[in-house]
Amino acid sequence: MTSADISSGEVLTDEASGAVPTMLRGPATARKGPRRRRRVHSVTSEVVADIQDSDDDDSPRSVGRTTSAVVVEYTLATLTAVNLVVALRMLLDWGGLLSFVVLFLVSFICFHYALVRQSSTKELAADRMTTTLIWVIGALVVASLMWIFGFVALKGVKQLRPGFLVRDMRTAGPNTPGGGVLHSMVGSFEQVGIAAAFAIPVSILTAVYLHELEGRMARAIRFIVEGLAGLPSIVAGLLIFSIWPRYAGIHAAEALAILMIPTVTRTSEEILRTVPDSLREAALALGAPQWRVVTRVVLPTAKSGLLTASILGIARAIGETAPVLLTAFDSKFMNKNPLKEPQSSLPTFAYGNIRTQSVLQNDRAWAAALLLLLFVLVLFTMARWIGARGAKRLGRN
Amino acid sequence: MSFDQFEREVATQDPSLEDWNGLPPIVAAEPDSWSSGLIAREIAKVPVPSTQPMPGTSLGSGSPATLAATDVSAWFGSRKVLQRCSLRMEARQVTALIGPSGCGKSTFLRILNRMHEVIRVAKVAGSVELDGVDIYGRELSVTQVRMRIGMVFQKPNPFPAMSIRENVLAGLKLSGTKSTDRDALVEECLTRAGLWTEVKDRLNEGGMSLSGGQQQRLCIARSLAVRPRVLLMDEPCSALDPISTRVVEETIQQIADDITIVIVTHNMQQAQRVSHQCAFFLVEEQGVPGRIVEAGATDHLFNQPSDERTLAYVTGRFG
Ligand SMILES: Nc1ncnc2c1ncn2[C@@H]1O[C@H](COP(=O)(O)OP(=O)(O)OP(=O)(O)O)[C@@H](O)[C@H]1O
Ligand SMILES: [Mg+2]
Repeated sequence: MTSADISSGEVLTDEASGAVPTMLRGPATARKGPRRRRRVHSVTSEVVADIQDSDDDDSPRSVGRTTSAVVVEYTLATLTAVNLVVALRMLLDWGGLLSFVVLFLVSFICFHYALVRQSSTKELAADRMTTTLIWVIGALVVASLMWIFGFVALKGVKQLRPGFLVRDMRTAGPNTPGGGVLHSMVGSFEQVGIAAAFAIPVSILTAVYLHELEGRMARAIRFIVEGLAGLPSIVAGLLIFSIWPRYAGIHAAEALAILMIPTVTRTSEEILRTVPDSLREAALALGAPQWRVVTRVVLPTAKSGLLTASILGIARAIGETAPVLLTAFDSKFMNKNPLKEPQSSLPTFAYGNIRTQSVLQNDRAWAAALLLLLFVLVLFTMARWIGARGAKRLGRN
Repeated sequence: MSFDQFEREVATQDPSLEDWNGLPPIVAAEPDSWSSGLIAREIAKVPVPSTQPMPGTSLGSGSPATLAATDVSAWFGSRKVLQRCSLRMEARQVTALIGPSGCGKSTFLRILNRMHEVIRVAKVAGSVELDGVDIYGRELSVTQVRMRIGMVFQKPNPFPAMSIRENVLAGLKLSGTKSTDRDALVEECLTRAGLWTEVKDRLNEGGMSLSGGQQQRLCIARSLAVRPRVLLMDEPCSALDPISTRVVEETIQQIADDITIVIVTHNMQQAQRVSHQCAFFLVEEQGVPGRIVEAGATDHLFNQPSDERTLAYVTGRFG
C-alpha cells in the first residue's frame, strides 16, 4: 500500500462522509474525527507507516500527535544535547569542532531515544532512532560534498570572470592581472574528445564481444580489461611517454583512452547484461542473424545506459592530471593543434598555477578547478538525466 | 552462433532471399473494402508462386506446411530430456502439446525452429522436416528456418526501443527483407492478431505502453509479418486474462487456415477448443527423459485415449 492509496482512500472517505473502507479502518484512523483524519493528506510517509502498523498493533500510535509532539521531541533533544556539549566544553575546555559535532550527535540520538521511549513503544523509539541516524549520515555525506563544492567555488569565483574564459596566458604573468584559461579549455576538450572518440567505440565493441558473442577470447580479454581498470594513471602516462617522448595533445589523448577503455567497457558490459534475454530470443526467432540482433535490438534497447556509461568515462578522463602532464605537458599559449607542441589543459593549468607563490596565480588555479568541477557536474547531471529517461522508456520490462 | 558461422549464412542466404522477395506482395487490391473478418480469407486467396511444389526450393511463404519430427532427442549438457519423439504436425491443423511441467514440451517446440541450439549446452538428435526439407540440413540456413517457422513466447516480449508499428515490422528489418507496402502490412498483421482497432490511433507509441494481453497480441502480429508457414506458440495465454485469452484463441483459429500452428498449453479446455491434433508428453519416472506417450486427434485423446496415463492427465487426476 502506498501513501497515494491511503490519501485517495481518505479523500473518498471525506466525501462519502465516514464510509471508511475496512482495509483502512485501523484503530488509529477509526477513532479519530474527520478533522484529524484530514490531516493525514499532508503528512509524510512516516505517518503513513504509522497507520499501517497500527492495524495490527494494540497500542496505537496517535496520528494527531505526529506534528506537534514529534517537533517537541526533536527540539527538546536538540536543546538538551546542545546544553550538554556546551557544558562539557566549558567545564573541561576540551575538543575541537569535530568532537563537538560527534558528541552533539551521539547525545542528541540518546536523548531523543529516551524521550520517544517515554511516550511510545520500544519499536517506535528504535524506528525514530534509525530514521534519525539515516538522516544524519545522509546529511553528513551531502554536507561534505557541499563543503568541497562551496570551498572550491569560494576560492575559484574570484578569478572566474568572463574575460578569464576567452584569453590565454600570453600576456599575463604571476603579478600582472588579466590572462585566462581558454587555451587550457581548448586543450582539455581536444584531448578528452579524441580520447573519447577512440575509446568509446572500442569499449562498446569490446563489451558486445564479451557479452553478446562470448567469443573464444572472452575470458582472456575480460581478464586484461579488469587488470587495466586498476592501472595507476601515472603508469599510462609513462607508457605513452616512453613510446613517444615528445609533448603533444594527441599523446595525452592516447593515455586518457587507455584509462577510459576499461571503465567504459566494464560499465557497458553491465548495461548489456540488463537487456533481457527474452528480447534476444524474440529477435532470433524472427530470423535475425546475430549482428542484427545486436545492432537493431540490443544496442537500441541499451542506448541510454551506454550513453551514461560513456559520459561517466569522459567525466573520469577530464580530471586526470598526471598522465596529461607527462604526455602533453603544459603551455601558456593557445595551441589548437593537438598533433604537436605542448598543450595546456584544465588540470595541468591548475597544477602549474597552484605551485607558485603568487596569490594571483593561485586564484587562477582555483578558478580552473571550479571550471573543471562545473564540467564534471554538468556531465554527471546529463548522465543521470539520460539514464532516467532510458529507465522510463524500458517501462515495465 | 559465432560471427563466421553467421557470415557463411549471409553468403548462402541471398539467392533464396531473392525468390522470397520475388513473391507478389501479399496485399489485397482494395484496402478500403477490408473488414476484419474477411482478411484471413483474402490472404488465403493470394496466388502461390509456381515454383512452390519443387521440393528443396520451395522456401518461399504463402501456404501452410507440414512439419514432421522424427526420432527427436534432446540434451542439456549430458542430461537427456527428450527421448525419440516423433510427431507429424499437419498443414491447416492446430497441434497442441500437453503434459505436466518439465516433460520437455518447450524443448520440443524450440527444436522445431532451431531455437534449442541458442542455449550453449543444448544438443539435439533426429530430424525435423518442413514439407520434406530437413531444417537441420544444408538447404536452409538457421535464419531461413526461423523466418519460416515463427515463434510466440510465454512471456510477451515486444522490443521496448521500438514503437508498436516498428515492432510489427521488426521481423522485416531484422531479417533484411524488403517489403513494398509497410502500412498495409502493419494493418493486416495487427488485424489478424485482433489488435488493430485498439491500437490504430497510437501506432507510434512504445510497444511497452500496451497491456500484457495487448503486448502478446502485438508479438503475434510481429510473428505474422514475416509470413511464416508455421507458427509455434509456447503457452501464449498463460500470462493473460480470460478475455485476452479468448481473443488470442480466436486469432489462432483465424490464422490456422494459412499457417500451421503448434501450441503448448497447460489448459485442457484450451487444447480442446483450439486444437485438431494433440500430443501428450510425459516423464514416466524421475530421471528419465520425457517422451510422447500418445498423439492423435484431439477428440480421440480427450474422449477415449488408448493410454491410461493420458486419461488420468486429461481428466485432471494427475500432473
Ligand atoms: N536452459 C536449460 N538448461 C538446462 N536444463 C534445462 C533448460 N531448459 C529446460 N531444461 C530442462 O529440460 C527439461 C524440460 O524442460 P521444458 O522447459 O522443455 O519443460 P516443459 O514441458 O516446457 O515444462 P513447463 O510446462 O513447465 O513449461 C526440464 O527437466 C528442465 O529442467
Ligand atoms: Mg515450457
